[in-house]
Amino acid sequence: MSEEKKSKAPSEPLFSKKNRKLVTDPLTDNNPVTIQVLGICSALAITVQVEQGIVMGIAVLFVLVLGNLIISLLRNMIPSRIRIIVQLVVVAALVIIVNEVLKAFLPDISEKLSVFVGLIITNCIIMGRFEAFAMANKPWPSIMDGIGNGLGYAGLLILVAVFREFFGSGSLMGIPLLGSSLPGEESGLYAMGYMNNNMMILPPMALVIVGIIIWVQRSRNKELVESH
Amino acid sequence: MAINKDSNVYTIGFAFVLVCVVGTILAILSIGLKPMQERNAEVKKKIDILSAMMTSDEMTNIDRKNAEEEFDKFVNIDAALVLDMNGSIKAGSDAFNVDIRKERRDKAISETDKNYPLFEAKKDGEKVYIIPVVGSGLWGPIWGNICVGEDMRTIRGASFGHKGETPGLGAEISQSFFVNRWLGEEISDKDGMPTKFEVVKNSSGADPKMVDGITGGTITSVGVQEMVNRCLKPYIAYFNNLKKD
Repeated sequence: MSEEKKSKAPSEPLFSKKNRKLVTDPLTDNNPVTIQVLGICSALAITVQVEQGIVMGIAVLFVLVLGNLIISLLRNMIPSRIRIIVQLVVVAALVIIVNEVLKAFLPDISEKLSVFVGLIITNCIIMGRFEAFAMANKPWPSIMDGIGNGLGYAGLLILVAVFREFFGSGSLMGIPLLGSSLPGEESGLYAMGYMNNNMMILPPMALVIVGIIIWVQRSRNKELVESH
Repeated sequence: MAINKDSNVYTIGFAFVLVCVVGTILAILSIGLKPMQERNAEVKKKIDILSAMMTSDEMTNIDRKNAEEEFDKFVNIDAALVLDMNGSIKAGSDAFNVDIRKERRDKAISETDKNYPLFEAKKDGEKVYIIPVVGSGLWGPIWGNICVGEDMRTIRGASFGHKGETPGLGAEISQSFFVNRWLGEEISDKDGMPTKFEVVKNSSGADPKMVDGITGGTITSVGVQEMVNRCLKPYIAYFNNLKKD
C-alpha cells in the first residue's frame, strides 16, 4: 500500500487542482482573517495606510512561505512534545534574518518595517499554518499553502486599509484625493465643509470594517455561516 | 526509523541542535552584516542633518547614494562641537559620533554627563547651526534636527523622525506640513531668554511661540514641544555666550 502511494506521489503535477486550491481557497472561502479569524491583531494595528498594509502583507507572505517550507522539511524530525517551541524558533529566526538583511541592503524599507517585525512573530496565521498544515504535508503543498494564506492576509489588509485611509485621511497610498485638508488652506471637498472621519484611524474602526467584510462575505455564501 | 522521537534524549538533543544551528546562523549574519548596517545608519544620520537645513524640494535630489558628498559640501564637520548641559564646549569630543538617542535611553548617564552636539553648515552663503534633539512620543522615541540661522535665533528648517508613532496621527510629525509650522519661529528672545514653545490647537497664527499641533496626535505633538524646549536650552546658553564675545 505505502509503496504504491510513494511511487504515485511524484507523478502529481505541481499545479494540480488540489495544489491550486491551496492557493485560491485562502483568498476567498477560507480566508485566514475573515473565516479563520486569525491575525486580527495586526490587521487592526497597521491598516491605517495602504502602503503599510502592502509592506506588512509582503513581509508576512515571505515569512509564511519560507517557514512553511522549513517546518515541512523538518516535520518528520520534530519531537511532538516541543513542536510549538520549534515552530516559534523558526518564525523568530526567520524574522530576525529578514530584518538584518533588510537593514544592511534595503535600509529604507527596513525603517518602514521596524514596527511590524514584532507583529510578524506574534501573527497567529503563521503559527496556525505551521501547526495545521506544514506539520502534516510535503514541502511543495506547504509552499502553496503559504502563498495562499499570505496573499489572503495581504489582500484583506489592503482592502481594510483602502477604506480606512480613504475615509480617515482622504488619501490613498499617501496621495490626497479629496483636496488639501490642512487648516487654513483647505481645497477640494474640504473647502466645502467635508471632514475626515478621524474615527477611521483608530483601531476599533478596523474591527468594524473587518466585521462588515465578514458579514458581506457570509451573506453572499451561505455555506460559510456556522450553524448554532 | 529506530529512534524513538518521543524519548527525552531525542527531544533534548533536537532542541539542543536546533538552538545551536539557529544561534550560529544568526550570529554569523549579525557579525557579517554589521559593517553595512553601521554605514547605513551613518548615511541616514547625514541625511537627517541635511534635511533640517534643506527645503523638501531640495531634499528630493539627495538620496543615500550622494548623501555623503552633499553632506561634505554643506556641513563643516571640523567646526562641529559638543556642548555640556550649561552650554560650555566639551573639548576633544567627536560630535558626529555622539549618539543622543542612546544617551537619552541610558538612565545610567547623569544629566551633567550628557553630550549636546552642534553642527555648523553653510547654505546660500549664510552660516547655519544644526541642533539634534531627542524626546519621547506616544509609543516610543522621537527625534529631529533643528536648523537655526546666522542670528542664532530664527529657525530656518527642521526635520522630525519617530520610531513607532501611529500612522496618520502622531507619525505626521515627520511630514513637511508640520515641520513648516516651525519655520520662522524664534528659539530665544532678543535678550537671550529661551522661548517656551507651546503646541496648541488651531490658533498659533503669527505668535512666534506657538505652533499648531496635529489633530489626533496630541501626545506626540506635546512630545515634540517638550523635546524642543528641553534640548534647545544648552544651545541657547552657548549662543548667548557667543553673542557676548
